[in-house]
Amino acid sequence: MNVLYFAWVRQKIGRSEETIEHTPELRTVSDLAELLRARGGGYSEAFGDMSRLRAAVNQVHVALDAPLSSGDEVAFFPPVTGG
Amino acid sequence: MSANVHIQVEDFDVSEEVEALTADQPATGAVATFTGYVRGDGGLTALVLEHYPGMTEREIARIAADAAGRWSLTGVTIIHRIGRLEVGERIVLVAVASGHRGAAFEACEFLMDYLKTRAPFWKQEERDGTSGWVDAKESDDAAAERWRKS
Repeated sequence: MNVLYFAWVRQKIGRSEETIEHTPELRTVSDLAELLRARGGGYSEAFGDMSRLRAAVNQVHVALDAPLSSGDEVAFFPPVTGG
Repeated sequence: MSANVHIQVEDFDVSEEVEALTADQPATGAVATFTGYVRGDGGLTALVLEHYPGMTEREIARIAADAAGRWSLTGVTIIHRIGRLEVGERIVLVAVASGHRGAAFEACEFLMDYLKTRAPFWKQEERDGTSGWVDAKESDDAAAERWRKS
């Protein structure tokens, strides 16, 4: 899966994207967030409070319990502030 | 009706966009436009906007299609700027053409409310040489929410 980070999520992690292999344990977006949070450092800061984060799968807004598949593009970001 | 959507660094000319939107459209009887500017309150000097390339265009197209399903529209132009924008600069344009003013006004407001709460843009504020991320506003969520009830 290609995983993308935006705004302060990107800043805390220190990168804008990375490839993470999809495994059977990664059933949902929430599972992926937990895997990332467990890496510590900037990841645990970025994923420490999931109520502050939003996600998209294949460029569509999703809830954290949305399912993941191999080849998905997953993005994590704060609530949007355009306009 | 397909929406004309642009995400760009460059400024835009509102009257040129309205000209383009209404050209060869005899069914158009009304155009409503909204232009957003960088407001210099609280010592703010500039905004820096980033977005999610690809998803932004798709999400705005979805919002525009939703508007076209609710109102009878003859054209929609949405332009959103990215990058560093100083106080007084234009950020966003929503221009809606329709047969009558009611649909144009309402769809323009609907599009702005959904743009603010669905389109993947993020703003950083610059003030006094420091920068910080802008928090999403509950009032924006409430503004978008009211369209669900109607």
